[in-house]
Parts: sequence; structure tokens; C-alpha cells
Amino acid sequence: MSGVFVKTVVSADQLGRTIVRIAHEILEKDQDAGQLALVGIHTRGAHLAHRLAELMAQFTGQEIPVGELDISLYRDDVAARGSLTVRSRLAQPEIKGTNLPFGIDDMTIVLVDDVLFTGRTIRAAIDALFDYGRPSCIQLAVLVDRGHRELPIRPDFVGKNLPTSTEERINVRLSEVDGEDEVVLEATREGIEEGQRQ
Amino acid sequence: MNRYLLSMNDLSHEDIESLLATARVDFLDLSKRDIKKVPTLRGRTVIDLFYEKSTRTSTSFELAGKRLSADVINVKADSSAVGKGESLKDTTLTLNAYRPDIIVIRHPHVGAAAFVSRFTEAHVINAGDGMGEHPTQCLLDIFSMQQEFGELKGLKVAIVGDILHSRVARSNIIGFQKMGMEVTLVAPPALLPRGVEAFGAEVSHSLDALAGMDMIYLLRMQKERHEGANFLPSLREYIASYQVGLRHVGKGQRVLHPGPINRGVEIEGALADSQENLILHQVEAGLAVRMAVLYRIIVDNAVADSAAESEPATGEAGSTGSPEKSDTGKSAAQVEEPVKNIHAVG
Repeated sequence: MSGVFVKTVVSADQLGRTIVRIAHEILEKDQDAGQLALVGIHTRGAHLAHRLAELMAQFTGQEIPVGELDISLYRDDVAARGSLTVRSRLAQPEIKGTNLPFGIDDMTIVLVDDVLFTGRTIRAAIDALFDYGRPSCIQLAVLVDRGHRELPIRPDFVGKNLPTSTEERINVRLSEVDGEDEVVLEATREGIEEGQRQ
Repeated sequence: MNRYLLSMNDLSHEDIESLLATARVDFLDLSKRDIKKVPTLRGRTVIDLFYEKSTRTSTSFELAGKRLSADVINVKADSSAVGKGESLKDTTLTLNAYRPDIIVIRHPHVGAAAFVSRFTEAHVINAGDGMGEHPTQCLLDIFSMQQEFGELKGLKVAIVGDILHSRVARSNIIGFQKMGMEVTLVAPPALLPRGVEAFGAEVSHSLDALAGMDMIYLLRMQKERHEGANFLPSLREYIASYQVGLRHVGKGQRVLHPGPINRGVEIEGALADSQENLILHQVEAGLAVRMAVLYRIIVDNAVADSAAESEPATGEAGSTGSPEKSDTGKSAAQVEEPVKNIHAVG
């Protein structure tokens, strides 16, 4: 799966502006900031949630609670085939778990993730949230929507729609984890051959 | 993790760290939630097969399986067909016909867990085999120690008491040394196994050795395994020389005990009630650690199997490629090893 073709599709500047826009959109839609909380899905969704909360605090002068959700135990492919995502997470020396430092009962929860693809991660995240309480409403904010949904899930807030083929990969890189901000499109050898045949 | 957890020798230092990180991050706080359950092992079947009395181990394995959403069946020897004379092999073959995913076995004879693994496709976890080993106890002990001390490398621990009859001691000597701890065994000569030097631990016959230790690990006097033989002149004499009380515990030292404790025998009542001991922390750790073991034995092997499926060309296909056929051969080779090790020292 070595990427032979890598292209930056969102630059650091664009990515910064996109996050600001999403923060405004969330505030625009959810008037009652007192009932609002952000929950980011590990790892990059969690960092995005913290950035959004910081911006929203600047705009409103009000602290927005932020939590982090680890959905490994709720994935649908863990016990069946063994999830490589879970495996790579377990291989990390400092893995972090779920941290929800507030009650989610009757709250409006905005789930935050970097890339929306099949929707299975979001399904797992919703299941996980319900084991912590009963939010009044769950919304979804994603930086990139790349299509190819396998479940009836749609985002409420989207940074950028990036139509892709299933052979391509979208990598969101964030300075907290990757040293820089950008979104790159990665096409594999198989993907390019596939494209040439068509 | 491998397909089986029979001995602490089945785990490397990295395996232990990774397993305990899973226990800490994923499962320690689960018990503090209102909904103490995750769907991870939904549809999986765990059989707990217990041929010996147990409170902690059987309760925590049952609870661990249930909190992972697995279906858990408990088979106790005294209320099953075992009482009608069925052999361990036949019981295993029978249970295997229900296609369990994991069999957890506690048995009074050394090597029983390894033996069971030869007659089932399920993952087998040794929950104590006679005087052999008790790896999950060792893991939860290391977990409790890490919670208290952080990094364990270079720390000194004394294991005190009936080491000869203790599977906990055997697993702990292996496990503690893998974590880089210095282990000292403290016991009267009669309660030490022959060839104890092979463990690579210091040996002392006096509680004076406790000074300078970071941790004191007490063992229960296993009278039920003494079987009429006189390992001790009298219990009173043992208590006089080897009972550990508050006066033996220095500043910063912590005391561990696998339970059940016998107050007034190996441990003084006041010490059992004091803040210096980590006994209830160990019990709490037991649940999180056993959840991690059940989870990882399924996940790690599922990952390995699906990797083997997608890359059949890579070597050693025989060991992972076709699980059903090759397992018997592989496990037979695997089981000999821990059994041999135990005989060498016990």
C-alpha cells in the first residue's frame, strides 16, 4: 500500500479558515451554548474538538466542555476480523482512552472527527455515547467528507467535500500529531491502475 | 498475545506492558460507569472450567466476560459430570463441541491447562494449574505495582511464605523478573522447591531480608497441598519466624497478597487492615486485567489470522494458515515447554 501519488488538497491556511467556519456554524445552529458539548473521536477528531472549543470560547466568551471518545471497544470489526485500527492503536506506547469530564444527559453533543467515510466509526461513537448517558441530541462535525457511506449517516457540519475513489486515501494531518496542518490525498498503485483501465 | 496464555513465559516484557496498558486505558474506569458493559465480545462464548474452589478468580473472569458482552458459562467440577467420573480430556472434547471461543481453566494438577489446549480449538487461559502457574494473577500483581510505583525496573520485591506449593510464586518470579525487578524469596528451607537457584532469585530464610525491599509479597500457607507431609514443625513456629506484621513494614514499603489471606498466619491482622497493603487494589485490578486478557487474546489472534489469510505467500503458513488442522500439532509442541519448566524447578 505504498502511496505513489500524494497531493495536498487542503493547505494549512485553508484548514485553519475551515475550522473557524465550522466553529461559527455550530454556534449559529446551537443557540443554547450552555447545553452544548464537543466530543472528539480519537485521535485527530479529539484535537479538532479542542481547537473548535477554543475558537468557540473566543467568539462567545463561554467555555464549551470538550470530551474525547475512544471507540475501539465499539467497532463492528474487532472480534470478527480483528481491526487493524485497534491493533495499531494498541501498538502505541501512550494510548489514551475515553475521557468525558461532564455528564452528557440532556446535552447537545457535537461529535467531531477528521474524515467521514463509511460511517461505521460514527455508528460506533453513537453507541459508545449512549453507554455514558442520554444526550438530547447528537450532531456530527467532520473536516472532510469523502463519500462512500455504508450506513445511513450524514454530517451536520462539513469542512470540505472531497469526492474520492475507494482506492484513494485521505490523510488529515494536524500539527498536534503530525507536526503540520494539511489534508493530503494519497492514491495507491492499485488505484492508479484501476483508473487507467476505466 | 499467543493463542494460549498458559505461563508467564508466553509473554514478553512488551506483551505485558501492552496488555496492562489495555487494562488501564480501556477497562479500569469501565467499572465506574453506570453501564458497566461494552459490546466488544458480543456473540463470543467463554467457558470457565473450575476444578478447584475459587472466589476472586472465578468471579472476576465471569464478570470480565460479561462486561465484554460475551456469553459466559461456568462449569464447576463439583456440580458437573466430572463427579460422575468423566476425564478432563472427555470434558474438554464435550465442551469443545459447543464451539467456545475461550476456555478458562483452573485445575489441581500441573499442566492441566496445556493438556486442555490439545483438545480444543478455543483459546485457553490458565487460571491456576496445581502448583504450576497462575499467569493472570501475576499480571494483576504487576498492574497493581505499576499503579503504585510507576516504573518497576530496578525495584526490589520479596516473596514470602509457602513458595514450594505456590503457582502464584512461580508465575510471579518469571513475571517480576521480566519487568526488571529484583526478586528475593523468603521461606523456611522446607517450603522452597528443590533447585530453587534455577529461578535466578536471591534466597533468604529470615525476615531480616525485608529491610531495603520496595515491596513484600505474602503467600498463603497452602495447607491443603501439604497432604499429611510435615513441611513445618508446627504452624506456631512458622508464625513466630515468618509472620509479617506492621513492624516489618518500613516507610514507603507496600505489601501485596494474592488472597485469600489467613489472618494471624502469614499476615498479622493489623497489617491486613492497614493502608500499607494493596490487597483490595489487587482485587480491583484483577477485573480490569482479566478483561484485557479476554479482549486481547481474541483481537490479537483475529488480526494475526486475517493477516495470514491476506498474505498466504509469507512463510510459516502451516502455523497460522489453516487454524483447525495445524492447531493440534502446534499446541502439542507449545504445551511441553511450560510443563517441563515447572518440573525442572518444582
